[in-house]
Amino acid sequence: MRTQLQQVSTRFSITLIDELAPERDDLLFVQVEKDQAVPFLTWLQELAGYTHLVFFTAVDFIEEGYFQLTYMVHDYSTHQDLAVLLKLDREDPVVESIHHLWPHAATYQQEMYEMYGIEFPGSPRLHDDFVLEGWDDLPPMRRDFDTRQYSEDTYFPRGGRKSRDTAEYMKEQLYPGEAETW
Amino acid sequence: MVGDKVKNRDKFPPVSDGKSQYDLYSGKYLKVWQGPQHPGITGNMSLELVTSGDQVVEARTHVGYLHRGFEKLMERRKYIQCFPLVCRICVPEPDFNEHLFAECTEELAGITVPERAQWLRALTLEMARLTSFLMWIGGQAGSFGMGTLGQWTVTMRDYMLDLFEELSGGRIYHMYIIPGGVRSDIPEGYFSRVEETLQKVEHVLDDIELALFHNAVFKKRAKGLGIIDPSLVDLYGITGPNARASGISRDVRKDSSYLIYDQLDFQPVTDVGGDAYARTWVRFQEMYQSIDLIRQMMHRMPESGPFFTKLPNVLHWKIPAGQTYKRAECTRGEYGFFMVSDGSEYPRRVAVRGPSYTHAVTLMERLAVGANIADVAGLMVSLHTYPPEIER
Repeated sequence: MRTQLQQVSTRFSITLIDELAPERDDLLFVQVEKDQAVPFLTWLQELAGYTHLVFFTAVDFIEEGYFQLTYMVHDYSTHQDLAVLLKLDREDPVVESIHHLWPHAATYQQEMYEMYGIEFPGSPRLHDDFVLEGWDDLPPMRRDFDTRQYSEDTYFPRGGRKSRDTAEYMKEQLYPGEAETW
Repeated sequence: MVGDKVKNRDKFPPVSDGKSQYDLYSGKYLKVWQGPQHPGITGNMSLELVTSGDQVVEARTHVGYLHRGFEKLMERRKYIQCFPLVCRICVPEPDFNEHLFAECTEELAGITVPERAQWLRALTLEMARLTSFLMWIGGQAGSFGMGTLGQWTVTMRDYMLDLFEELSGGRIYHMYIIPGGVRSDIPEGYFSRVEETLQKVEHVLDDIELALFHNAVFKKRAKGLGIIDPSLVDLYGITGPNARASGISRDVRKDSSYLIYDQLDFQPVTDVGGDAYARTWVRFQEMYQSIDLIRQMMHRMPESGPFFTKLPNVLHWKIPAGQTYKRAECTRGEYGFFMVSDGSEYPRRVAVRGPSYTHAVTLMERLAVGANIADVAGLMVSLHTYPPEIER
């Protein structure tokens, strides 16, 4: 697979990342440019045998200012995984949809829009609620989403439980008015 | 196409690419909401069905009743603090989460697990598979009106949970497979008690075969229900028994063998029907296969040896930067963990790939079209989906 990828590396402007998973011979990481992602994935699905989209997810690298999109595809004939990584600018999180290649990708994209605010123009039901209902804050899986601040703003603090001396309390409950005579 | 077997097809709107072209305002159609306490699943999930008479013409799934934000929580916890969290991602089958989380952490940290720990892990996973199937078959029979079978199998599941309790102290969440190995060795005389329980389970399974697979009602309703064409398998990311029931012989245990599965003798169970009946049959045979695998493991497991590798101080455990993906064959298909480490004490991202993610949403929406409304629950169980792993 490595040689096959090296042959198309200029055509799809891909870079093999050897430092990730160096000891695994069944997992390879490849970096792809944003405009070449869908042509490359189409090639993988139709001509290179990577017919199975395992998952599609995002990782927020806020310090470097990008989202890493990970398209994990699998080849059932060689049982090899290929992780196609795409660096997406956090300020402009728009990328082409792949639901026309794998229909179930639409669900992943719907979730990524909700959790990271990444736009996939044309993806079905992208802006429908998936897991969160009526969410109007920052997408919660972004690392700049302040979970503590959100819970302090949203939920009110509850008062603590009133504590009692159990023995005294039970005496009063069982024999009202007589407890002090004991 | 599912809808084609309906006799008076012209009464219903045309189906194009698995979707009905209906006009809700014509007055012929009715929207029905099933769920969130849906009979077809373990957990909460809703189906929004558009029906014409008693036939489903469109289905949409709604999740969001169980979101606990585990993936976010894990970003704020150290690796060892994530360990008691991961098992809760999928309630009826927690061990696969523990195993995959441990494997990812070990690979990134460069830790090798002793051989006996690998055998013990595989034994736990196989027992978990059997336990999960015992719960599923109750749902499958129950959704077609045979509630009694569920009573039998849940009893058997409880016996299996007793074994887990003895091994790990926990019945549902075992927290047994820990990064570095397993938490404890097997107790004295454990295998004989496992064998005793397996015999009980086998006896009940034989009864179930007579009661379920030879039942006219079950045959009539399940045969031809929700047929998965083999051409859909790759397109919709279908894995596990759902794919195997369509004649596609794929099993992660065999194809990308992990732990000690390459030392065991087994062949993936397949069928060609592709319908709910075939899926039920494949899973039912896999229960016998699981029993066989547990027996093989009990015979071949090394007698003694270390079951844990010493870890560095786990409270200040920095994992080298890297990314990895590990998969395992759970009862429903391919279960996977994608872990990204940035070199700190906290994981940068742990993404969970659950098979229900594809089966319960996109695939279910396609298969439900054309089904009878009374069979929707049975169809859903035959896909064997667990919403907890959709909304991690």
